Amino acid sequence: MCQVEEEDGQYCQEMEGGQHGVSLAQKCMKCKEGSAALLIRAGDAFCRDCFKEYFVHKFRAMLGKNRLIFPGEKVLLALSGGPSSSAMVQQVQEGLSRAAPKKLRFAPGIVHVDEGAVCGQTQEERARTAAQMESLLKVSGFPYHIIPLEAAFKLPGSVLQFHTPGSRNNYKEAVDGFIQHQQSLHSTANEVTLTQVEERLTQLSTEDPERQDVDFTLPESTKNPPPSSVHTQRLIDLFSAVTTLTAREELLQKLRTHLILHTARTHGYSKVMMGDSCTRLAIKSMTNISLGRGAFLATDTGFSDERHGDVVVVRPMRDYSLKEISYYNHMFGVQSIFIPGLDTKASAKASIHRLTEDFMTKIQADFPSTVSTVYRTSEKLGVTPRKMNASAYVMDRCLLCMCSLDTHFAEASAFHATLVSEQFSKKTKPELSTAEKSCCMKARDGAGQCENPTKDCSSVQRGDGKSAFLRLLCYGCRLTVNDMKSLDMLPPYVLLQAEQHNRRAEMKKEIQDFLLCEDETSDAPTT
Amino acid sequence: MPVCCSACEVKNAVLRRPKTGHSLCKECFFWAFEEEVHQTIISAGLFRRGETVGIGASGGKDSTVLAHVMKLLNKRHDYGLNLILLSVDEGITGYRDDSLETVKRNQQQYELPLKIVSYEELYGWTMDDIVKQVGLKNNCTFCGVFRRQALDRGAMMLHVDKICTGHNADDIAETVLMNFLRGDIARLRRCTFITTGSEGAIPRCKPLKYAYEKEIVLYAYFKKLDYFSTECIYSPNAYRGYARAFLKDLESIRPSAIIDIIHSGENLSVKEDVKMPVQGTCARCGYISSQKLCKACVLLEGLNRGLPKLGIGKHHKLQHKLLAQEPLTEREQRKLKNVDF
Ligand SMILES: [Zn+2]
Ligand SMILES: [Zn+2]
Ligand SMILES: [Zn+2]
Ligand SMILES: [Zn+2]
Ligand SMILES: [Zn+2]
Repeated sequence: MCQVEEEDGQYCQEMEGGQHGVSLAQKCMKCKEGSAALLIRAGDAFCRDCFKEYFVHKFRAMLGKNRLIFPGEKVLLALSGGPSSSAMVQQVQEGLSRAAPKKLRFAPGIVHVDEGAVCGQTQEERARTAAQMESLLKVSGFPYHIIPLEAAFKLPGSVLQFHTPGSRNNYKEAVDGFIQHQQSLHSTANEVTLTQVEERLTQLSTEDPERQDVDFTLPESTKNPPPSSVHTQRLIDLFSAVTTLTAREELLQKLRTHLILHTARTHGYSKVMMGDSCTRLAIKSMTNISLGRGAFLATDTGFSDERHGDVVVVRPMRDYSLKEISYYNHMFGVQSIFIPGLDTKASAKASIHRLTEDFMTKIQADFPSTVSTVYRTSEKLGVTPRKMNASAYVMDRCLLCMCSLDTHFAEASAFHATLVSEQFSKKTKPELSTAEKSCCMKARDGAGQCENPTKDCSSVQRGDGKSAFLRLLCYGCRLTVNDMKSLDMLPPYVLLQAEQHNRRAEMKKEIQDFLLCEDETSDAPTT
Repeated sequence: MPVCCSACEVKNAVLRRPKTGHSLCKECFFWAFEEEVHQTIISAGLFRRGETVGIGASGGKDSTVLAHVMKLLNKRHDYGLNLILLSVDEGITGYRDDSLETVKRNQQQYELPLKIVSYEELYGWTMDDIVKQVGLKNNCTFCGVFRRQALDRGAMMLHVDKICTGHNADDIAETVLMNFLRGDIARLRRCTFITTGSEGAIPRCKPLKYAYEKEIVLYAYFKKLDYFSTECIYSPNAYRGYARAFLKDLESIRPSAIIDIIHSGENLSVKEDVKMPVQGTCARCGYISSQKLCKACVLLEGLNRGLPKLGIGKHHKLQHKLLAQEPLTEREQRKLKNVDF
């Protein structure tokens, strides 16, 4: 049967129309004088100066349009070392310099996560990259934080909690506050102590009992001591317990996000800037659709990402194509560092991430407007409205990615269909049956002794543990965890937080009959 | 050593389910496949007792399996539905002749009434005649648009309450990807709906929405169902081709990707301030259309006026002239006449 639907035809014609090569005699389309140095899109030729102006203007315009960054606010720039995030750091430097006509007025710091342990770097290679990174960071003049991925084993459970945002949400108020603050600075003239006080205040104001475990950090640059070889080994073991590169990539992204978030929280940064380009975000959108993360496209790729509450992630590079960024970095000497990733040596079909990147690159060559079309499509998507009452309780958020759970919807859904398929393919039907109870649950209810001595309780519990854990996750994160051989190797903060959630859920079940309003949000979905 | 079936734990497994990776015996696979379709039908409330349901039958694997399973479930679970096979004869030499034979054999096997509507009967043009006019490059626009309507018109003739089609999970995932790639936000939202077409139009539904194409083939193979397996000889356009190839690669990396993409599609939420095209009905034939004239009527008008390019591109401005049956200017005519073959 021919599956072609009526609409196929017209689009192909719209998509066609290729690019023209840059002709050397061409003049700049803006000043009409300088000779064209580059061509960013078909027809848009720029001279060097006009390109710089265009590039710089775009950055300010993105921040100005969204008015999300307050004057004086502490902003953490996430630097991977790649071209986009390097260009982002350079734009902030440029914007803060005196020469800039419209000066940026926030206080930046930089965070870099060293992922060498899982990306196949030897100790020596890691040291070399770190030194390179550090000299780059020193040149920036901003406070910086280099965090090894191993630090995930020292994270507190609170990093997985939603923190209610502070009261600073009025732009006008913030501007006034900033001016006053500036004036007071001039009178006391000691910036460092003031920031230090601020630092301590933020630490005091968070009610995290586990905070004591974390080393007290100065507001200035921090460089964690080299990770212990024990942690490095645990990290390597964790990643080798994940059976697919797709899931390894997802796990890495989650850990990285948690580390950056924790760094922001402990150092009082209320915004994090990520350097994703338009090209990267288009690829990410397609990847995430394929990973079952459609519900979160707006959060995962939009300008601002408020899933954590107190720390907002912004993506100011989202209007630049990777090509523009490469041109800019090349022309104006912006340095970037090549650091191998998880999939650097992998083939195109090794993971969904690699495949999608490869696919988008190929289709972009044939239909040059694909990336911008995909990017614009994702622009039109919003955050799924919470169908249930918006309780602040965290159970309705995914434990790992912190997005609103997309797994407790109607029976007529793809998610439900996957559970039905599981059910019909197995003799024991764990997910759907409500009658199921492990022997240890009974033990807890009554006599205090396991009623079923023939069965190995701990193994039952472990099997139960996985499905209880899965219930705390969104659809996409379940897929990631399903590709893990064991949960035991996950960093303690994840396991602790999961246990706490499940205890809450059990408590909720017991008192269910006495609760007056229908509060579905805090209950883990059963089907 | 033979593997034991994971569902009954008695018989030897004969296949590994593409959807879940479980090893099943033949009987357990049949049962799982059929009952999953049943679950889809029940959970989405697709039908009501006493309804007449037209099964779009092309003779291909999807619709053959659909007809078989619908007949079986109707009896097993006593849906109380009156089932009819509905087929369209586009008039493509060598393609439809054979597949229609298959449909006719299916009809005898399943003892279901069959109604065939031909393009010639409905539009006065066969596909072969259309290809002669518009060339191979654009004909799929025609065959898609005309088939959609043909099924509806046939259904109306037979006083059918609902139409069900053999679209499977792969088709839907592919459509999600394609609509996303080309930025069609309205279709992106609609394409995962299990039932489409309200107000006036006959509702269409997809009971195989969550069934993998590979499982449909396995089912047909082990049930020894008779189907016609040639793809439409007029190949689909490049964009869908890309999406299809991409989906196959995704599936090879992670088999659940097909259902994962449908899950994504079902949970996409469009910002409130994004404008959606308003759906109206065609002033000439009454079919749902965002324009005054539906695509089929514009295409037909083009064929009848000898201006085949009409309706292939976007010619909104000409709509009022067509509606009023006014002649076009020399310039307009010249632009619409030449077609690349
Ligand atoms: Zn210029
Ligand atoms: Zn998640
Ligand atoms: Zn069996
Ligand atoms: Zn066709
Ligand atoms: Zn019409």
